Amino acid sequence: MRWGRIRAIAIKETIQIRRDTRSLIIALFMPFMQMILLGYGVNLDIKHLPVCVYDREGSQNSQALLKHFQASEYFSIIAVLKDYREAKAALDSDRCRIVIAIPHDFSQKLSDSGGSTVQVLADASDDNTANIAIGYAQSVVGEFAGNLAVAAQGFGGSPARLTQGVDLEERVWYNEDLDSRNYIIPGVVALIMALVGALLTSLTISREWERGTMELLISTPVQPSEVMLGKLLPYFAIGMLDAVFCLVFSVFWFHVPFRGSLFALFFTTSLFLVVVLGVGFLISAAIKSQVGASQIAVLVTLLPTSLLSGYAFPIDQMPPLVQWVTTLVFARYYVTILKALFLKGSVLEDLIRPVLAMGIYAMVVAFLAGRAFKKRLD
Amino acid sequence: MTPEPGPMVEAKKLVKNFPGVFAVKELSFSVGKGEIFGLAGPDGAGKTTVIRLLAGVMPPDSGTATIDGIDVVRDPEKAKQHLSYMPQRFGLYEDLTVDENVRFYADIFELPVALRNQRIGPLLTSFGMEPFRKRLAGQLSGGMKQKLGLVCALIHTPKILLLDEPTTGVDPVSRRDFWKILYGLREEGVTILISTAYLEEAERCTRLALFHQGVMAYCDTPAHLKTKMPGKLLNIASPRAREIQKRIQSLEGLSGALLMGDHVHVAVDDDLKRIPEITRALAEAGLPFDPVTVTEPTMEDLFLALLKTKGASP
Ligand SMILES: Nc1ncnc2c1ncn2[C@@H]1O[C@H](COP(=O)(O)OP(=O)(O)O)[C@@H](O)[C@H]1O
Ligand SMILES: [Mg+2]
Repeated sequence: MRWGRIRAIAIKETIQIRRDTRSLIIALFMPFMQMILLGYGVNLDIKHLPVCVYDREGSQNSQALLKHFQASEYFSIIAVLKDYREAKAALDSDRCRIVIAIPHDFSQKLSDSGGSTVQVLADASDDNTANIAIGYAQSVVGEFAGNLAVAAQGFGGSPARLTQGVDLEERVWYNEDLDSRNYIIPGVVALIMALVGALLTSLTISREWERGTMELLISTPVQPSEVMLGKLLPYFAIGMLDAVFCLVFSVFWFHVPFRGSLFALFFTTSLFLVVVLGVGFLISAAIKSQVGASQIAVLVTLLPTSLLSGYAFPIDQMPPLVQWVTTLVFARYYVTILKALFLKGSVLEDLIRPVLAMGIYAMVVAFLAGRAFKKRLD
Repeated sequence: MTPEPGPMVEAKKLVKNFPGVFAVKELSFSVGKGEIFGLAGPDGAGKTTVIRLLAGVMPPDSGTATIDGIDVVRDPEKAKQHLSYMPQRFGLYEDLTVDENVRFYADIFELPVALRNQRIGPLLTSFGMEPFRKRLAGQLSGGMKQKLGLVCALIHTPKILLLDEPTTGVDPVSRRDFWKILYGLREEGVTILISTAYLEEAERCTRLALFHQGVMAYCDTPAHLKTKMPGKLLNIASPRAREIQKRIQSLEGLSGALLMGDHVHVAVDDDLKRIPEITRALAEAGLPFDPVTVTEPTMEDLFLALLKTKGASP
């Protein structure tokens, strides 16, 4: 392998990307569009979510609040629990997404200081459903507090004191902002990177076959691996640029907290790019028309990434067979990593398993891509 | 002319089949150093396939070929260091400038930068392309494109040039320029293998192979080939040459009438017998024409006549 030839191909490819409107749109405009569309456009409405309740007071007030929950179209109370241990077990076993716990002094606090607290327990690190559920719980409690205030007024109490109403003490683990967008955005980043990377590279070899430039190129002593590396280098740079853009956009525009290590982010992003670009290159080498290659690229990235990566639809709620299938979806690992980096503040050591999975994927894809392109006509 | 010892290009029993088509059938030939070896024949004769096999971009079904003694079939990558191939379809990057294309191919062949810069300028100047260095290749004329292809092919000083119909679709003036360049290269000892659809152009080759349906029907110097022309060739000049051609083709035993502008060429077995016969037939039809004369065959006449005799004797 000769660096001079790799560099020549990288330079040539860069010039071509710069002069190709379609590539520029995919590289620069698409990430922006997708961020906006998916960042604002996700709608994850939930109806009749199973909840468990733990009523420590058992008063008229607490029962009234629980009736409110039951009446709301968002929730169905499926079990009444007797202690925190049961609550934890219910969450861990996925029997319910959240547990509503009413403190033993609920009514007293409500009448004494005008503000009481309801606890909502959820694990929201990899389940946006819980996040959204907590948002709904907040609105149910808000309504309940409003009713109280009206009722209290009827008894001549002071409305000013009662508007504080019931407070919801959020104990969402890891994503306490309760923003479903926080949950979605890291996945959107993965989706964009997969789509842009695979789409751009899917054109690179097929374009040369289509335009007839490949026949001349393969008549030179250039090696297939040099062609592959030279062609992928510029796309790797573009992918990294897009990653930076997505990160900056997520943090400064959508205000998604980023708590993890930047090093881990760029290390795992590089790994993910290797997989994505390798897949794009494989497609490009196998399908000699640009239209065909780009269609396949969209199909193999967009579909599995949006449906099976867990970016919006939690994997642990899928049927077992589908869950098994998701282990083959490379974006799944990156989504897991990104969510952990953004929301949990993980460092590289916490992510050994998904990183390892991506590493294996990257090696397999690189190996296949290296052999896919043949310097042969027919 | 016989090839010198140690041929630069040698094909031995090359075979290439496509589904339903025998593109190249047991082809053997050799080309000596400094030759301009021509491949002529109609579309679909197999010229492109032969050149692709020699360039190492397509493996043959069987047989071998060597480029400067290197086995192309077994070690195509090594052979590729000594040859340059210009595909029939323009193979350079139309969205790159002239300079960018040349530099790209110089780098692919690992020319040191100093040598590269030293070669690019004079090459472009001698091809009259200096003013177009910053122009996109896609915006060049047909002739210019082919010259650029040649510049890129020559940048690494190959020993062997494989040119597939480099002058097709190129205007006559540029075509003449192109051939001047080829002769210059030949002087420098470059071996050239060129296919062409223009038979008058084929006459400029040192040796010529006539292809027909994947078979090399004839291979010799143009002068020798002409002596193989059976019978004689008659020339009839007329302002209504097309009608003359039609009339002659309807005559018994005279199907091979070739229209060449305001002339018609007719290959005949016996000129003494045929001249009066034709003169009478044309006069009866009331067509104007100059007296019928015997003439030197062109490549086109030759090709037509040779293939007909080949077809007649299976
Ligand atoms: N890649 C291919 N696949 C199938 N058939 C081919 C291919 N290339 C050439 N052929 C067929 O082989 C024959 C010879 O073609 P070619 O070598 O292109 O002839 P020429 O260059 O003399 O026009 C033709 O019948 C053509 O249709
Ligand atoms: Mg051809």
